[in-house]
Amino acid sequence: MSFVQNFPFFSIILAMFSGIVSSVLSGKKARNLSLIMIGVTTVLSAVTLAFCLGTGESYTYMMGHFPAPWGNEIRAGVLEGVTAVLFGVVMFLSVAGGMTHTAEDVDENKLNLFYIMIDLMLSSLLALVYTNDLFTAYVFVEINTIAGCGLIMIRQKGRSMTAAIRYMIMSQLGSGLFLIGLSILYDVTGHLLMSPAKESVELLTASGNYRLPMLVIMAVISVGLAIKSGLYPFHYWIPDTYGYATPTGSAVLSGLVSKGYIFLLIKVFYRVIGYENLVSAQMINVLYLFGVVGMVMGSVHAIQETDTRRMIAYSSVAQIGYIYMGIGLGTTAGMVAAVFHIFSHSATKALLFISAVGLYEVSGDRKDFVSLRGAAYRNPLAGIGFAVGALSMVGFPMLAGFISKLLFATSALESSHKMLPTLFVLAVSTTLNAIYFLRLVITLYSRRREGDAPIPENTVTRSTRGLKFAIICFIGLNLVLGMASQSIVQAITDGLAMFD
Amino acid sequence: MSRKRDNYETSRWKKFRSWVDGETDPLEHGMEAHVAVPRKEGMFDSPDHEKAVREELARLYGDSDKTAILRARGIRYFQRFYKIMSVVLCLGIILVLLWTVASLPVTGVASNPDNNEVAARYIERGLQETGAVNIVTGMILDYRAFDTFGESCVLFIGSCCVLVLLRLDGNSKNENIRKMIAESNDRHFEPKNDIILQKCACVLVPIIMIFGIYIVLNGHLSPGGGFSGGAVLGSGLILYLNAFGYEKMGKMFTEKLYRRTTLCALTFYCLAKSYSFFTGANHLESGIPLGTPGAILSSGLILPLNICVGLVVACTMYAFYTLFRKGGM
Amino acid sequence: MDMSLIQHLVLNIEETVSIILFGVGFTILLLHRNLIKKIMGMNIMDTATYLFLASKGYITGRAVPIVVDGIQDVEAYINPVPSGLVLTGIVVSVSTTALMLALTIRLYERYHSLDLDEILILAKEEEQT
Repeated sequence: MSFVQNFPFFSIILAMFSGIVSSVLSGKKARNLSLIMIGVTTVLSAVTLAFCLGTGESYTYMMGHFPAPWGNEIRAGVLEGVTAVLFGVVMFLSVAGGMTHTAEDVDENKLNLFYIMIDLMLSSLLALVYTNDLFTAYVFVEINTIAGCGLIMIRQKGRSMTAAIRYMIMSQLGSGLFLIGLSILYDVTGHLLMSPAKESVELLTASGNYRLPMLVIMAVISVGLAIKSGLYPFHYWIPDTYGYATPTGSAVLSGLVSKGYIFLLIKVFYRVIGYENLVSAQMINVLYLFGVVGMVMGSVHAIQETDTRRMIAYSSVAQIGYIYMGIGLGTTAGMVAAVFHIFSHSATKALLFISAVGLYEVSGDRKDFVSLRGAAYRNPLAGIGFAVGALSMVGFPMLAGFISKLLFATSALESSHKMLPTLFVLAVSTTLNAIYFLRLVITLYSRRREGDAPIPENTVTRSTRGLKFAIICFIGLNLVLGMASQSIVQAITDGLAMFD
Repeated sequence: MSRKRDNYETSRWKKFRSWVDGETDPLEHGMEAHVAVPRKEGMFDSPDHEKAVREELARLYGDSDKTAILRARGIRYFQRFYKIMSVVLCLGIILVLLWTVASLPVTGVASNPDNNEVAARYIERGLQETGAVNIVTGMILDYRAFDTFGESCVLFIGSCCVLVLLRLDGNSKNENIRKMIAESNDRHFEPKNDIILQKCACVLVPIIMIFGIYIVLNGHLSPGGGFSGGAVLGSGLILYLNAFGYEKMGKMFTEKLYRRTTLCALTFYCLAKSYSFFTGANHLESGIPLGTPGAILSSGLILPLNICVGLVVACTMYAFYTLFRKGGM
Repeated sequence: MDMSLIQHLVLNIEETVSIILFGVGFTILLLHRNLIKKIMGMNIMDTATYLFLASKGYITGRAVPIVVDGIQDVEAYINPVPSGLVLTGIVVSVSTTALMLALTIRLYERYHSLDLDEILILAKEEEQT
């Protein structure tokens, strides 16, 4: 056993440990510890990824002295590695970009608690990515939920607290469904670890026993995680949640948290239920339908918003729809496209939220269209960042969003029944995306008018270094995802093949 | 069309342009159609209801009287529809799941799929492999310890969130917070030197504490363990606090102590479990003696872990209580 | 078919009850306006799941999984796994309940209401002023 194989475990434990230690540190020290920890775990994940790429296969790691069906296990492969690295990078940049605003929004002696949430959020995300055990997944889903709620309500404003309680209610519904699905699965298979559970599921499918419970398990787990990831029509909590959290909170919640649940869902599909069973049970068609509706409706709602942050949040609803549409296509290519979109969306959405902060701070912290007019001239870098993010969302070549749209379109060609609706909805949704994002970009780059309200006196004129650094890195990440997509797509394909 | 083109102010292009500029919103309030009306209990069915709703809506939207009537009616229908839908949804979920339950294995039969080799090994070899007489404790603190560590972290982060929400800092310069402290200070409602309560507490608190400690220490031998014992310890602390007030309690249990205890317990837990995971995964001997099964000092790491969990739970329970009552310790 | 279905449900009475409770709790959590009742619904839902799990581990006529007199026969004890899962689940439920209650307290202090819709309207108004 190579020492590198310990790294996924180290990264999870390190994140948890720094969360625990942060409880006695001052806010500033907790922030530094958090940044260092995120950096270190990202490096550890990258080394794990390199190791898996080198050996060309995945491995399981015993958490304790007892092997598979008895003890807990985690599992690392290429897909897990890529996801963990990307999550780490996005987390690091979101924290670095939003840290001055976090310090302003959060009460000074509660600042360390904010970074505890960040640390435990990262550890739970990593655990969701690496876990090979369903009950561990449930426990870490709960940590993720509570940490997410903490990130929202830490501002202690009225709207952020109402957003937090809505988020909590919807998340608890999702967790409840996930847990009952897990209990029924345990009842019919007798296993909680993914690999032995899959073996039992295969036996059950072959023998034809418990067909109805299996169907209900699929439905309940999918719906539970779909609620938590904000698939339309379970999206009611999203705009408030993303709209009223701290900037870091919004970027992390939209870029990572919902993606963690989707990744877990894909993992459950592949490693427990079996994708073939899902296809034969027509479950994917339901997901496809929800995804397609979400793609259009999310954009329609986004067009109607005047608050830009809520608009970006509604655009997330549409993008989550894309991911579920890809999962629902029922082909490996569709799944690859969905996973790639998870990556491109988390990089792009975090970029949008972070650069939007740069635009708000030069507009007197106002978020409506009129106040933001001309903001891109007042803060050029944030303007460029926002424009890049918006273009990537619309699907401009060379950027991440273009590649995912291309992948969705090419994978749709493979499935005969779903080709036409998919292409049609992609076209409609892209047009709608273009309408609301370009509208905002045009607003940002048009000169201020005579009658516009003056910008308040105390408005900052220059962003902090952290914000600039984060925006530049996020633009770079988008370009990398857009230009080096070939190797990333290859890694995703290999990783998905390792899932079986 | 051509005649209207001159009239720039009403043209669609103008509307489109102003929409692009974000000046108007053509579908304002379109999204928030489900805004319900604030109402008092029992007001729903009263004849005044519609009027009240109308006034409320007129205030909210600045509507004319007529549209307000329509809106109010719409909302009333919506609320009725909402009630019916919730019953339908509830019955739907129950029926689907009941149908599932009807095809699940029957309870209490030994040949059910969940009574497989996993449970068999826990029972047959649990005592030798973990040293714990209580098989459930052995399972959650040794076989499936990662879950349990996650669970302690859930408790930790839950208490952090409650701290964020409810802790009021006495040294804060913020006026609002000072006001909130004054409001939430219920010390003058406290029974002052209530002799019955104090005498009972004198008798009960030691017994409760000893019982809690017993449960924690015997977690690997009998029913119980860190979580249940910790809850008992926490309730003992709360009873003491209620009988003797914050001043006496503040002398022995401060926020600093709470933080340090939680930190030490969780750090120890984290390090101990990391060591055991690391040695396990790398197929090294852990070198921790399991002792004689049945003795109090046995079963390796389980006893210290139970103590840690017990401390964390007791502190968290007490912290929840004080935070909920007056926003600080 | 119907008779056997009902018979099966009666045999599985613990599961049947827990599923009914789950549905009731789920609906209350989703659709009730009052925050305290929502939290109650959440607890009903969680508890129902634990009842479901615990009944899954039970085997008629066997003892709790604590080794007595050195007997380590599979035939002697019930399945320990669901008991452990329920233990873990309860702690999770305690934390989420505490968090929800704390949020409710703060919202009540601010808006003097427990009705979620009313709170949402008041919060919106507060922001506009």
